[in-house]
Amino acid sequence: MDKVILVRYGEIILKGLNRPVFEEKLMSNIKKSLYGLGKADIKRSQARIYIEPQEDSFDYTEAIARLVKVFGIVSLSIARKLPSDFEDIKKRSLELAREHVASFVKKDKAGTIAFKVEAKRGDKHFPMQSPEISAELGGYLLENIPVLKVDVHHPDFIFYVEVRESSYIYCDIIPSNGGLPTGTNGKGVLLLSGGIDSPVAGWMMAKRGMELEAVHFYSYPYTSERAKDKVIELAKILSRYCYRIKLHIVPFTEIQLEINDKCPEDHLTIIIRRVMMKIAERIAVKSGALALITGESLGQVASQTLHSLAVTNAVCEMPVFRPLIGMDKNEVIDIARRIDTFETSILPYEDCCTVFVAKHPKTRPKLGEVEKYEEALQIEEMMEKAINDTETIFVTE
Amino acid sequence: MQKEIYLDNSATTRQYDDVTALMADTAANKYGNPSSLHTKGMEAEKLVSSARKQIADSLGAEPKEIYFTSGGTESNNLAVRGYLEANPRKGKHIVTTKIEHPSVMEVYRRHEEQGYRVDYIGVDEKGLIDLQELRDSLSAETSLISFIFVNNETGTIQQLDKIAALRDELSPQAVIHADAVQTYGKIRVLPGKSGIGLMSLSSHKIHGPKGVGALYVSRSVRIKPLFYGGGQEALIRSGTENVPGIAGFGLAAKMTFEKLEANYAKVGNLKKRFIEMLAGSGIDYRVNSPEDASPYVINISFANVRAEVLLHHLEQKGIFVSTGSACSSHKNTRSHVLTAMGVPAALTDGAIRFSLSGFNTQEEIEQTVDALKEIIPVIDINRRYKRRQ
Repeated sequence: MDKVILVRYGEIILKGLNRPVFEEKLMSNIKKSLYGLGKADIKRSQARIYIEPQEDSFDYTEAIARLVKVFGIVSLSIARKLPSDFEDIKKRSLELAREHVASFVKKDKAGTIAFKVEAKRGDKHFPMQSPEISAELGGYLLENIPVLKVDVHHPDFIFYVEVRESSYIYCDIIPSNGGLPTGTNGKGVLLLSGGIDSPVAGWMMAKRGMELEAVHFYSYPYTSERAKDKVIELAKILSRYCYRIKLHIVPFTEIQLEINDKCPEDHLTIIIRRVMMKIAERIAVKSGALALITGESLGQVASQTLHSLAVTNAVCEMPVFRPLIGMDKNEVIDIARRIDTFETSILPYEDCCTVFVAKHPKTRPKLGEVEKYEEALQIEEMMEKAINDTETIFVTE
Repeated sequence: MQKEIYLDNSATTRQYDDVTALMADTAANKYGNPSSLHTKGMEAEKLVSSARKQIADSLGAEPKEIYFTSGGTESNNLAVRGYLEANPRKGKHIVTTKIEHPSVMEVYRRHEEQGYRVDYIGVDEKGLIDLQELRDSLSAETSLISFIFVNNETGTIQQLDKIAALRDELSPQAVIHADAVQTYGKIRVLPGKSGIGLMSLSSHKIHGPKGVGALYVSRSVRIKPLFYGGGQEALIRSGTENVPGIAGFGLAAKMTFEKLEANYAKVGNLKKRFIEMLAGSGIDYRVNSPEDASPYVINISFANVRAEVLLHHLEQKGIFVSTGSACSSHKNTRSHVLTAMGVPAALTDGAIRFSLSGFNTQEEIEQTVDALKEIIPVIDINRRYKRRQ
């Protein structure tokens, strides 16, 4: 097969002695993501990964759709692989350029398409230098395809040639999400509510190489069973980016009622959040995770003011990552749409936060006061029971 | 397994076993296309015409006045849109109410955009159309008077005779469309004798299959089709007939009408028992359905309770009910019907619809009230204050 997929990765290249660890992980993640699409060789050379399909039936469109979700990849191209011989390169480039021009929609008034050739010579034994290759090949394409014109400043498309041990020609660069390969940065436990924010927060940490587990607090029959389905669906969408998510569904009704009955109304939310963090941390410790992840954004709601966050944070010993802390709702929604969680997040089922809410929750709670109110609670046993009764599901697409 | 108590019969009903058997036999053996010329086709055609006769008989109508559709929503669309398109010169004025089902409400909104004037008549605290407002609205311009006969959320039965009399007096040219989806099989209506020109019916509300319904169109009313194609159903509803569904609908109608009066009396007693038991339960509630409503629908608001929370707690005990109406319960909006009836917002939030069928028993009603007595103190939004007292 001469049609291959070129995978570029960014900041991994800057790693020192650890670089092979990241590269190996990225290759293994790529292999996992391509599962079921047909046999393909995956090779690494000179800070590039080459995917060389070995079967005619290989589904390139699906492969690209999956690969753009693999963290660590900066961009991708479907390229033709050919021997590094300039006559060959000319001949095959003309074929590819003709194909590309035929599928091109945008033309100017005169019906011409502007292009330029960008050549890179990785193999310094090759007799021509990069500018020379660009000029020669550009001239050849221009002569043979009448609708083309050259514009090096504002081309409609760029024709890329890379001369290495073999040569590669292509016209498109498909951007991906960057980041670091999932699994290269330990494990974090995401508090997944079913709203818009928490899936985005999880995605952002996964993008930095973190492996995700998720915890959902489930208050049936105060919420619908559909609320649980929704969270499973969200975890499933996230799993497209990180292969598999272990989802812990914690039965929370009893604890919520206990808090509701014994604590002042304007402190309900903050105390519920503190208990959720405590439970999540215990689950995280059991799972060998080193951090918690939440979708909190500074000042978004009463429980996310700085005062509230400080009081919530006081129950945790492990670091709590809040990747959305400095973002506006619109910025979060933009990402939610891009990663496909938005439509599911806005399904209107009651979640555990909306059932017991005070009209005017405290925006500046004081730690001492909150701790005093919590003394009325007898929830240690309840928490242990909730953790024991937690349902764990492996979610994958 | 826990015993199921199904009290959501306005959403849909459990199909009669005989209907299921007939449909299975039809699908397996009488699978011909009624339009085919061979005996296999004729066999299917006979099933359809026999079902048509069963529906017609139940309404005291002619078989040719019955058109099969895919259900209540299509019947309502066909009635309103088909009628208005066929009668463009009758006037550009439509009269309806504020308590309609979305399947007609949305149709009127579309017609408003197309230049029709639509009056949405208000209702009193029982959900009955304000007859003075109706009188003021009707004119020689009025083309269509359309209303929901028995309301799906409260069971309120409109005063058809008074509405028809006002029509005869003020807008004799206008046709009456009755959305009888919650009426059919519960209250006997003879549309030909009561001034109704168009009447929508649905099969799955009377223990028949889903995906089937019918529209009664009086001989004197002309409508145009929504779909064009093979010209089935006398050109009004193209598309190969849903033979198993139609046959099932016919049988369900026959079975329901045989027991109509007996079931009405039985369900009436169940409603009475339900309200009696609630009155002695210590629960803080308000019955939103008027006393003289169809007993099949009992709408009750519980104070200081979120309806969806109550629904899930009942579900845990195997009791299935609805908040408001099943169609709008996903929209997180307050019931437009209860709002139009003047029920305070705090109470519409706690409104539950218990809708009954001939299958329900007194024991089930008693168990339901017992369950309410147990659940409501637990989910009361003020429980923490009450506990401290």
